[in-house]
Amino acid sequence: MTTVTAAVPVSRRVRKVLLHLAMIAAICALLYPVAWLISSSFKPASEILSGASLWPSRIVLSNYTEVFAGVAGVGVWRFAVNSLLISAGAVVGNVVSCSLAAYAFAWMRFRLRGPMFAFMIGTIMLPVHVLLIPQYTIFQNLGMIDTIWPLVLPKLLATDAFFIFMIVQFMRGLPSELGDAARIDGCGPLRAFRYVVLPLSKPALVTTAIFTFIWSWNDFLSQLIYLNSPETYTMPLALRLFIDQTGESSYGAMMAMSVLTLLPIALFFVAFQRLLVQGVTTTGMKG
Amino acid sequence: MTQQTLARPAAASEPPTDPGHRRRRHRYGERPGLAYLFLSPWIAGALVLTIGPMLASLYLSFTDYDLFTSPQWVGLANYRRLFDDDPRFLTSVGVTLRYVLISTPLKLIAALGVAILLNRVTRGSAFYRSAFYAPSLLGASAAIAIVWRLIFDNQGIVDKGLSAVGIHTGGWVASPRYALLVIVALAVWQFGAPMVIFLAGLKQIPQELYDASAVDGASPWRTFRSVTLPMLSPVVFFNLVLEMIHAFQSFTGAFVVSGGRGGPSDTTLFYTLYLYDNAFSNFRMGYASAMAWVLLLVIAVVTAALFGTSRRWVYYAGEDAR
Repeated sequence: MTTVTAAVPVSRRVRKVLLHLAMIAAICALLYPVAWLISSSFKPASEILSGASLWPSRIVLSNYTEVFAGVAGVGVWRFAVNSLLISAGAVVGNVVSCSLAAYAFAWMRFRLRGPMFAFMIGTIMLPVHVLLIPQYTIFQNLGMIDTIWPLVLPKLLATDAFFIFMIVQFMRGLPSELGDAARIDGCGPLRAFRYVVLPLSKPALVTTAIFTFIWSWNDFLSQLIYLNSPETYTMPLALRLFIDQTGESSYGAMMAMSVLTLLPIALFFVAFQRLLVQGVTTTGMKG
Repeated sequence: MTQQTLARPAAASEPPTDPGHRRRRHRYGERPGLAYLFLSPWIAGALVLTIGPMLASLYLSFTDYDLFTSPQWVGLANYRRLFDDDPRFLTSVGVTLRYVLISTPLKLIAALGVAILLNRVTRGSAFYRSAFYAPSLLGASAAIAIVWRLIFDNQGIVDKGLSAVGIHTGGWVASPRYALLVIVALAVWQFGAPMVIFLAGLKQIPQELYDASAVDGASPWRTFRSVTLPMLSPVVFFNLVLEMIHAFQSFTGAFVVSGGRGGPSDTTLFYTLYLYDNAFSNFRMGYASAMAWVLLLVIAVVTAALFGTSRRWVYYAGEDAR
């Protein structure tokens, strides 16, 4: 190691150090708003707005106790459970329905495969707004407004074509010999799917699950449309309720609520960052 | 089950070196009904939640519909009113175009710049990459938009900082001149996702090209212009299309920063915000459907135009004419 470093000219080493310093400075600047949010949630409300410092003059927990006491008469646990139910339902729906569809597209031959695949790809780019109003009337007629179903049912019907595409790409990369081997061993398509293709596609399925969870958790527009009463509100909607109900006087509780909203995403990110970044790299998906 | 057992010996007796070997995996599809069984959730979704609603919203865009009484056919009236008789619509178009045209290039330049620097880092690059990517996940949340709103608010950190050096803006959130920039800043902050894609593209550029350029004595700028940029142009194109489409549909940031109203004086009245307002605050569902179709057409035209220009500036190494 020492010989190698000695061989590198000094100017290049200096440049390398500068590069690292620049990276670290950029990351600090980038993550400053997040750090500010976390520290603000422990500050007395009066200090929050114009306090640029990341160190509270004194650490208070009152912001959090206020939030846990309830927003608009509903406890924060309720919002968290609502968000969790929707996200978990979406994960199950996407993983099951998208992997089924992907297997057919990647490993089976049928007459309408070409047109169906083209249509599926086309829907990835479709703005949701052209579907929003008729979908709303459908769920209204089914009496599902103000329930989690309009947010979960579409996932069970594989409407997130993006994930189908991602899993198809992954399954196509699996060696076709596996299919032959499974068939020789007497596996029908169902068992080949269950015991050969599905286990091997685990990285794609895990990536699908993580992104579905984060996107559902962050989702705002459709929750705003379908959930109308505070008891069914999710974390992001509760945040909005907060601004409306208590005005700008209680910044403290708003900060605490924001931290709690971001917490699951941050945990997922820390736990799965490698898979997440890989997922973006291989498919070019949005964060 | 019996059928499969019967078919097994025949399949097993085939020589493994069969030239059609790679195609063999499609053999399962010999019972096509089964493929449709696997696809049945997706087919149901495509019919009931995509094709049906698309046709329905196209129909509704030619009607008056308030969700409670049945739709009344009005022909092209909604579309005519959008362009002739609704200044707020035209405002929302202007705001959205400005947002797309400012935020997309800034985001991609930041992404490319950081990706090029990061490409030179050997130690710790995985950590840096993750750290730069984190805002892309967090930034979609309403919670981050709230942070932005406070940071750029009157008497907020940015306002205080600028006042200290003698620039008095009175807070960007309430200023018609700067409010849109708050949302632009929020978008640019999330440059990590395209950066990760750029980085993957940079790693694909063959080192020989850089060696050759060094032998020729090219300056770093020249190398960037003549090697990096052309080789990376497919990725630039991909990111550009994706980010543009995404920017046109941006909603959460504008909704939270402006408190759902698109203010001050409609300077953050994003297209989607106005659409939402028409549909779900005023129950003008037919009118909102017309807006949705205009959005779809605009996005389609812009995407097609980008594809049209791509022949001139996107370079695919495999398709060299020589």
